[in-house]
Amino acid sequence: MRAFPPNPNRRDWLRTVGATGAGLATAGLPGLVLAQKPMTLGFIYVGPKDDFGYNQAHAEAVAVVKKMAGIKVVEEENVPETNAVQKTMQGMVSQDGATLLFPTSFGYFDPHMLAVAAKNPDVRFAHCGGLWSEGKHPKNTGSFFGYIDEAQYLNGVVAGHMTKSKKLGFIAAKPIPQVLRNINAFTMGARSVDPTITTQVIFTGDWSMPVKEAEATNSLADQGVDVFTMHVDGPKVIVETAAKRGKFVCGYHASQARLAPNAYLTGAEWNWVTAYTQIIEAAKTGKPHPNFVRGGLKDGFVKTSPYGAMVPEGARKAADGVKAAMVAGKFDIFKGELKDNTGKVVIPKGKVCKQTDVELESMNYLIDGVIGKV
Amino acid sequence: MRTLAAAPSASAQSDAGGHWRESAEAVALPVLALAGALLAFGVFVWLSGRDPVEAWVLLFKGAFGDSFSWQNTLQRAAPLMLTALAVALPAQAGLTVIGGEGALVLGALACAALPMLVPSLAGWPGAALMLLAGALAGAGWVALAGWLRQARGVNETISSLLLGYLAIALFKHVVEGPLRDPASLNKPSTPPVAESLRIGGLPWDGAVTDVHWGLAWGVLLCLVAGVWLTFTASGFALRVVGGNVRAARLVGLPTLGLVLAGCALGGAAAGLAGAIEVLAVHTSANAALIAGLGYTGILVSFVARHNPWAIPPVAILFGGFGAAGSLLQRRLDLPDASVLVLQGFAFVLILAAEAGRGRLFGGSGGGR
Repeated sequence: MRAFPPNPNRRDWLRTVGATGAGLATAGLPGLVLAQKPMTLGFIYVGPKDDFGYNQAHAEAVAVVKKMAGIKVVEEENVPETNAVQKTMQGMVSQDGATLLFPTSFGYFDPHMLAVAAKNPDVRFAHCGGLWSEGKHPKNTGSFFGYIDEAQYLNGVVAGHMTKSKKLGFIAAKPIPQVLRNINAFTMGARSVDPTITTQVIFTGDWSMPVKEAEATNSLADQGVDVFTMHVDGPKVIVETAAKRGKFVCGYHASQARLAPNAYLTGAEWNWVTAYTQIIEAAKTGKPHPNFVRGGLKDGFVKTSPYGAMVPEGARKAADGVKAAMVAGKFDIFKGELKDNTGKVVIPKGKVCKQTDVELESMNYLIDGVIGKV
Repeated sequence: MRTLAAAPSASAQSDAGGHWRESAEAVALPVLALAGALLAFGVFVWLSGRDPVEAWVLLFKGAFGDSFSWQNTLQRAAPLMLTALAVALPAQAGLTVIGGEGALVLGALACAALPMLVPSLAGWPGAALMLLAGALAGAGWVALAGWLRQARGVNETISSLLLGYLAIALFKHVVEGPLRDPASLNKPSTPPVAESLRIGGLPWDGAVTDVHWGLAWGVLLCLVAGVWLTFTASGFALRVVGGNVRAARLVGLPTLGLVLAGCALGGAAAGLAGAIEVLAVHTSANAALIAGLGYTGILVSFVARHNPWAIPPVAILFGGFGAAGSLLQRRLDLPDASVLVLQGFAFVLILAAEAGRGRLFGGSGGGR
């Protein structure tokens, strides 16, 4: 595919001429103004950039990247996980001259990103989702991800302080490991405050199901749930519906505080700029492509939304205490003895799972205290 | 329902000039409509503070500018030809079927499930069987909507739409449950199909392109469907059913069989599209297949006036919109929705241009 050189367009031409002009004008200052070609990065989103969720979390970090020196960014939103994304990636390489791509949706990895990466061995591919494994996938590809269950645990601590009915609601897309880990962490956070608290979970079946998400929120509110959180691509509908019902809500992906300032307690947010910067710096300096990039609160990969005004001092203190322990590396969420909600021991007594433990990445259970079925 | 049966109606002036006028109009009207849409889109772009000329240039470059753009466009057009047939063929029998998406996902599912049941499948015979399985699954699903209408009087538009939702739910249940590959942790999928079963790219100029063989299937089936409808007795019988069911019954045509055949063949095309998506693109069945290809097929078929011969160019136009939208976003920072604006202008104007039929080139006017 590299056989098709990008057609020089008017902008490129102007840029080249401009740069040449600048170079001539400053010829007397050798080395000062070198018309260095900016590095072009491509970012691809599966949904709209302003979805108050997954894609917005990426777009917010990209806005920071755009301000970096020597960087040119091209973006494309609403790209489905079909061969359309293969064309988008190849287009960014052949038409825009991108040398580092960030396909940010989980489903872009296999087969799409792997197919394009094989045809473009000189281009770096940084996928969001944590699928890359040594020996199996090529070196010019890699994936980054964050331990956002830490922030969901903190959501749980705050929710545990705020709930009066002792019933929490979790609206989730699919019962896959990443989602189950968040549900379990949230529930453990809440039950660290009061072990009688339960979390009722509803799976909507897909990442963006606004109607089902609203129905689930209303249904749980009718059943007495008074604090909500979620794992769907765009939490907007859940946040707004919960607020309308006079319930509290903990956010996810990005901050939704603006949508419901009186109901938004706190939230689990991505801070992708940390991962982006590591990967971009490596590309700029010619270091090997970081293939396996992970981090949690400590590493600045995830963050929490500022507390809402209604969160009392006691709740803030408790959550801040756990957060400090997490940042210091002294807090483990998943440790034995841990039982699932059918009574089976899933982590035996005495065993502690570190966040980096790959065992956690194939989680297939809901812990005691969660009402729901995988 | 305006179908291929349209041709004889201009017979009042069936001299050579009439034929010429009709063909010229069939090309000129959509072209004029498209020009109008581009103009309106230019105004939209200008209002959003960007250079409309640059947008037009990018539109062309993104869709048809070079070999890469052509491949991009054709690759996007390939499945649309088949999903459009899922609307166009039942339409010949007078049915408005909009359940192509359901037939597509079930076709994909049947295709991906077959090697799990028969692990010995390999090579092109295996792939052919998998495509056949996909086509049969799609055929059955849409034929069900046709049968409900003929036997039970259920509106086929509603039933095919709802059957589509059912198919998607069934697909997800099976892919995330019984047929799930345990290794697909966070993206539930069926196990990947073996390398030897996959469909590759079309050869061009001594190299293999990114455009898979699905394009050839699409063009071929559109041509065959057009020949069948125009030149065969059974194709004509189907159009008679679509034109007037009572008349068809009166002359003794087997209406139930014809309606079921129209629906089944349409469904088979969409099911085949799903199977091809699995074998050529996704390599397994998973939720990424539910990308709206079946719904876009509805638009393609309506713009093509349910004429199978018009479907390939219209599908290529749609593919071009998609390919160009990609470049517009990257170069002009236009939101993705702006391509929808262009598509919206194009559909409305192309459908509205139908009113000009028989009036262009000094026709008697109001002929249709």
